[in-house]
Amino acid sequence: MSIDKQLFDGKLIDLRPIDHEKDPQVESRWTHDLTLMRSLSHKIAMPQSVAQIKKKYEAIEKKVDESKNLFHFTIRDKQDNRYLGFIRIEGIEWTHGMGNLKLAVGDEAERNKGFGGDALQLVLRFAFNELNLYRLSAVVDEDNQPALRFFKRHGFMEEVRCRKALLRDGQTWDVVHLGILRDEWLALNAGGENE
Amino acid sequence: MNNMLHGELVHLTVEDPEVMAKKFTLWNQDAGWVRFLDSEPSRLLSEKKWQEWLEKDLEKSGSDQIFFTIKDIESEALIGFIGLFDLYKTQGDAMVAIALGERDFWGKGYGTDAMRVMLRYGFNELNLRRMGLIVFEYNPRAIRSYEKVGFSYEGRVRGAMQRDGKRWDYLFMGILRDEWLANGIMID
Repeated sequence: MSIDKQLFDGKLIDLRPIDHEKDPQVESRWTHDLTLMRSLSHKIAMPQSVAQIKKKYEAIEKKVDESKNLFHFTIRDKQDNRYLGFIRIEGIEWTHGMGNLKLAVGDEAERNKGFGGDALQLVLRFAFNELNLYRLSAVVDEDNQPALRFFKRHGFMEEVRCRKALLRDGQTWDVVHLGILRDEWLALNAGGENE
Repeated sequence: MNNMLHGELVHLTVEDPEVMAKKFTLWNQDAGWVRFLDSEPSRLLSEKKWQEWLEKDLEKSGSDQIFFTIKDIESEALIGFIGLFDLYKTQGDAMVAIALGERDFWGKGYGTDAMRVMLRYGFNELNLRRMGLIVFEYNPRAIRSYEKVGFSYEGRVRGAMQRDGKRWDYLFMGILRDEWLANGIMID
């Protein structure tokens, strides 16, 4: 087991910092997909302009720097470095070793290619072996079955169902909370060493 | 209905930050109370700091959160607070939190009464479709009170918290407007 390892390099993707020059254009385009926006927040789904995204990036980096309870990574294609999405651990409670996970692959055409899974594997290892968290949570809406299947496939267990917490398109949906404990992740991954 | 914020034992009010700050300073010295209320460790903030904190917090009131103080009807004593946060108005969903800082008022129905008033306000005034809450598994008194007013169990976040060397779960509970109406509790 070597301590000298690249925690941010995956098989298909790498985790990298925000590119303030190039990423806002790309992400602004993603935000016009309101299905994506709905899956990321229960607030009113609204597209965001390039300038708004730039401001958001400033706020994210300020928070990463000052609050110490947020890690935000962009997901980039290993081949051409193109911006595919983002993954973050937010609301970390250091006292209890708890954090919340958020993941997005922006372009619908780029989904189901293994990018998200690759990024999740890296961030799970980062959360459990670098940050020493005890558990990670993810909140997924019932109308997003692919995401529910995705997290369960990667070892998350369904823990909470907030009944009918969402009203969308005239229909109610549950909000599902999933969780994975460090021990469960270790059992699945032999300590993250079975690369 | 002529007094929506009045229950049998308590009424809900809004007070100035300096009034609340006095109480918050005292209550937060009760570390056991903070442990029932918050996953964050108790901090001994000064009255001045609490006042600043409350002033900032109250500015947000009405948009994505609502904050009331709980007063004993008989003595007009300020005994706790109750509020809604994560208020998603377009979804009709909110989380509710309650705490009685005055220990003399525990176990006598004051919290239950305050929650009933809050449910009526949420469902009849804000037109919410549901309300949810988080309670720590080591707080059975609160769980019983929530069950009494109609909340049901929606799941548990395993080992969300570590205290006294043990891992503890968060319990999620929720109540739908339809369930509340069917219970017929204080509809009038």
